[in-house]
Amino acid sequence: MRTTRIVLVMAVLLAAVPLCGCRPAQSSGGAVQTGSTIQQKGSDTLVNLALAWAEEYMRLHPEVRLSVTGGGSGTGIAAMINGTADIADASREMKPEEVAAAEANGITPVEFVVARDAIAVVVNPSNPVDTLTIQQISDIYTGKTTNWQQVGGEDRPIVLLSRESNSGTYVYFLENVVRMGQKDSDMLFSPDTLLMPSSEGISAEVRQNPNAIGYDGLGYVTPDQKVLAVARDAASPHVLPSAGTVNDGSYPISRPLYMYTAGQPSGDVKAYLDWVLGGGQYLVSKLGFVPLTE
Amino acid sequence: METLIRVLGFSSIGFVLLIFLFLLQEGVPAFLEIEPGNLFGTRWYPTFDLFGTMPLILGSVLVTITAIAISLPLGVATAVFVREVAPNWAREILKPMIEVLAGIPSVVLGFFGMTLIAPAVREVFGAPTGLTAFTGALILAYMALPTIISVAEDALDAVPKSYRDAGLAMGATQWQTIWRVVVPAARSGIVTAVMLGMGRAIGETMAVMMVTGNAARMPLGLDAIFRPIRTMTATIAAEMGEVAQGSIHYHVLFGVGIILFVLTFAINLTAASVMFKKRRRGGLR
Repeated sequence: MRTTRIVLVMAVLLAAVPLCGCRPAQSSGGAVQTGSTIQQKGSDTLVNLALAWAEEYMRLHPEVRLSVTGGGSGTGIAAMINGTADIADASREMKPEEVAAAEANGITPVEFVVARDAIAVVVNPSNPVDTLTIQQISDIYTGKTTNWQQVGGEDRPIVLLSRESNSGTYVYFLENVVRMGQKDSDMLFSPDTLLMPSSEGISAEVRQNPNAIGYDGLGYVTPDQKVLAVARDAASPHVLPSAGTVNDGSYPISRPLYMYTAGQPSGDVKAYLDWVLGGGQYLVSKLGFVPLTE
Repeated sequence: METLIRVLGFSSIGFVLLIFLFLLQEGVPAFLEIEPGNLFGTRWYPTFDLFGTMPLILGSVLVTITAIAISLPLGVATAVFVREVAPNWAREILKPMIEVLAGIPSVVLGFFGMTLIAPAVREVFGAPTGLTAFTGALILAYMALPTIISVAEDALDAVPKSYRDAGLAMGATQWQTIWRVVVPAARSGIVTAVMLGMGRAIGETMAVMMVTGNAARMPLGLDAIFRPIRTMTATIAAEMGEVAQGSIHYHVLFGVGIILFVLTFAINLTAASVMFKKRRRGGLR
């Protein structure tokens, strides 16, 4: 994450250059500007989206400065609690002990769902399998199921594709699909899993290999891959991921992405969050996430 | 001026030493913090504190040896053709073209391998996926070829003309002279060529990361070569960017770097000792 962070800092600095240039001119005109800087910190999953929002918002409102850093959801929430960040980005809900720590500090955290992250399970278009349950996907990725025949397909070996282990998507998929959300489970990806360094690596292999199964953020899925409908369990209906099914919660492999503020936001922070939840939503799908509204 | 050159010469040696010291400083803690059973185990799940480097070491070794097995006959044959058989005009064209080969960026070869060679390997050999050790070995063989050809050709060039004349004078055909006299006389140079090619192959990262599938499985069994593997270089490249500085995982990646350094050093040492022997014997072998 170090490199990303350096890029972020540079991007923020670059974006700040024109501001520095015009500020003295404004203040000499008499109107004293306090030059508020909104500090935003947290989830690495969310950091690119947060940066895109920040850049666009600063372009629209040159008088506001935003600084975005990653470091992880926990880091961001801790910074929000101790007052060094105005907004915490998080890819999970605040834990009860974090809420307790905030309240002990005299802060009532306020939660905003800013976008959703859905993971699509993809196969080659020539694969006759259309649907899988979470249990079946878990068995496939742990190496218990090794042939497509066992899940209603052709007699072909299954080739497992995954993102690299440092990707947030990897961790989310492991915890919620491979381990099926069971906290005490110690199941791991099969050692035969191919770890691809990029989304493009996954899509290239899925495109040309009828044996392959892969997963990736819904926004990264290209039309030449077949997206599977996924069921929570054998009794539930199979659901295809889309903005609609992700937002109403019927697609099982999705999660909300959050921003937290210390108390009800006001001033620039409120204006910024209002824009993120409204006018800024069009940037969400560009970064591979699912917007709150279609 | 003389001092300047001396300082520059020593500074490059100094840099190598400093890099090695840095590698040791960052990597040695891994060997102390992690019990050897885990560090040399068979399961590489760094996010879950399983740091078995065995699949990575064997993966690198397998892909390198296969690459050399492919490029050795091709490279030596090309060198023999260019030096001994080809007419002058063909040699003038071939030699610069072989050097151009060495200049192709590895990421380009990796992309080529991912989109064209991998599907072909899957279909021809019936492997579940085309991203295999064999695909990586093909790309690496191609990358090691220019080194092998140039060094082997130099070795053939160093064989005195009197050897060839003697062979022909005894009634041997041109082919007999080449295979029984000239090539054996250049043997040590050819071994050096292979060692240098090997050093190039084991350290290659980008192309390997793109075509070998990066699955950290133990490459055992007869079909291992047509299955995915994960090499040491690809592991370092893929994981170093995101690892928390100072964590165990960070130290282990440097530890893998040390293992890789020791392997490459051993290969280069072998190459150097072969060259040294050749010099001692007076330049003929």
